[in-house]
Amino acid sequence: MGLMKKKWERRHLVEAFMKIIMQVSLFIVTGALGLILWIVIVRGLPSLSWDMVTKIPEGGYYMGKGGGILNAILGSLYLASGGTFLAMVFSVPIALYLKTYLGDSKWGHYVRLSLDVLWGIPSIVYGAFGFTLMIALGIRASLLAGIIILALIELPIMTRAMDEIIRRMPVDLEHAALALGSTKFEVAMRVVTRQMLPGITTAILLGFGRGIGDAASVLFTAGYTDRIPTSLMRPTASLPLAVFFQLGSPYPEVQQRGYAAALILTIIVLAVSLGSRWLSARLNKYTIK
Amino acid sequence: MDAHIQVKDLNVYYGKQQALKNINIEIPKNQITVIMGPSGCGKTTLLKTFNRFLELNDGTRLTGEVLVDGQNIYDRDVDVTEVRKVVGLLAQRPSPLPMSIYDNVVYGMNIHRMKKDRREYKAAVRHYLEIAGLWEEVQKRLHDPATSLSIGQQQRLCLARGLAVEPEIILGDEPTSALDPISSQNIESRLLDLKQQYTTVIVTHTLRQAKRLADYVIYMYLGEVIEAGPAKEVFNHPLHERTKAYLEGQI
Repeated sequence: MGLMKKKWERRHLVEAFMKIIMQVSLFIVTGALGLILWIVIVRGLPSLSWDMVTKIPEGGYYMGKGGGILNAILGSLYLASGGTFLAMVFSVPIALYLKTYLGDSKWGHYVRLSLDVLWGIPSIVYGAFGFTLMIALGIRASLLAGIIILALIELPIMTRAMDEIIRRMPVDLEHAALALGSTKFEVAMRVVTRQMLPGITTAILLGFGRGIGDAASVLFTAGYTDRIPTSLMRPTASLPLAVFFQLGSPYPEVQQRGYAAALILTIIVLAVSLGSRWLSARLNKYTIK
Repeated sequence: MDAHIQVKDLNVYYGKQQALKNINIEIPKNQITVIMGPSGCGKTTLLKTFNRFLELNDGTRLTGEVLVDGQNIYDRDVDVTEVRKVVGLLAQRPSPLPMSIYDNVVYGMNIHRMKKDRREYKAAVRHYLEIAGLWEEVQKRLHDPATSLSIGQQQRLCLARGLAVEPEIILGDEPTSALDPISSQNIESRLLDLKQQYTTVIVTHTLRQAKRLADYVIYMYLGEVIEAGPAKEVFNHPLHERTKAYLEGQI
């Protein structure tokens, strides 16, 4: 059986070498994720108190006195939910239009290309754009302006994610339902949505995740305030900016609270992504692969 | 002959290309009719005219008439969903809906509002799964996803689902071509069991299957019907040279 013995030829060495490179990459990436979580937890946990999540900043908060960042937590949730809702209102019809009418035509291609370009634009540019627009229209930094800008940022992500999902809809499935005497509306409501729901949910939560973590765009458009916003026209705080401002402080206590804010943001994002995993796994049970 | 479907002067065009040329045939009631012929001869196109599936493709044009029980299904005042309720389809590949086994059978009955309460639905699901020969295998897991079934089981589920809307006609577009031999045999024997109650029209490219199933045969070539008649006559004494050549395996 000498023929089947392992020989260390070139191709085997290449195989072993490549495998090591892949393992190292995996280690670096998961290690980085672990390190981020570790630092945020170690530095943020000590100052993460009940006050942090239930109170707004009190006088002297930024010099180390009492209070919390409820203003930023609620502000971020308002901004991201509003932005996600608004983006959804537009992205669902756009995605359906792309599928139903544009398909793989030239125009469909252009629309997809521009959405992909929009996806790649840095959020500070969105922020600057929003700021220019607000000056032109005479609007001040507000929750509404922040929501609109976040919706613009989330729109291409959600639309393209949905588009990819809808394009994977098996045509056999529509035909099967039509063959039983369904109307097109029944096909859409009872079959297409069932098949697409997990994917659409994922797309929406993807947008939400991007929106809640974005600092640069809301810096110009939503501003920052220690108060909880009471109307759409008022400025609002947000968690990414709460992290930014507090980490920039010379006071160590305040810096540590910055890490606590980062921890809260991380927990929200983790909860959303784990929640979406769980939800789409549940919704996925019956879909046709 | 007691004709269930009558086709009169039917022409079908895909864009500029003519796919069916001047078809005039009758399909007998409560028998199995097999449409056969080499690939590209228009078998499936003809079948798809019977449940108005052709109009799902853009750029198809149709002239002539297809009468089901004497009613032209292409008349303007005909409701296409009613046509497809009467004329069921068993597709080439089983295509279960994204729901449970139970809900797959219920789906059609539900959209046509055919049953009154859960009890009736339950009884109907059992009834049609039994007819399709699937009940024994799935009775304990009715609420599992339909995709958890094997391909052969899925095709029987599709049969049950189609029968549940109480059609009069079953169309089969090479309904066993994606299945293993045993599953194919299973579907074939279902179709034979059901032929007393349903008019069945099957497209097939396997001559042996045609011989096993057919009471009546339509032989097509290049978009035309070359020969149609009772299976015995066509198989034993084909009138046309082309039919003879096909039966002898020359085409």
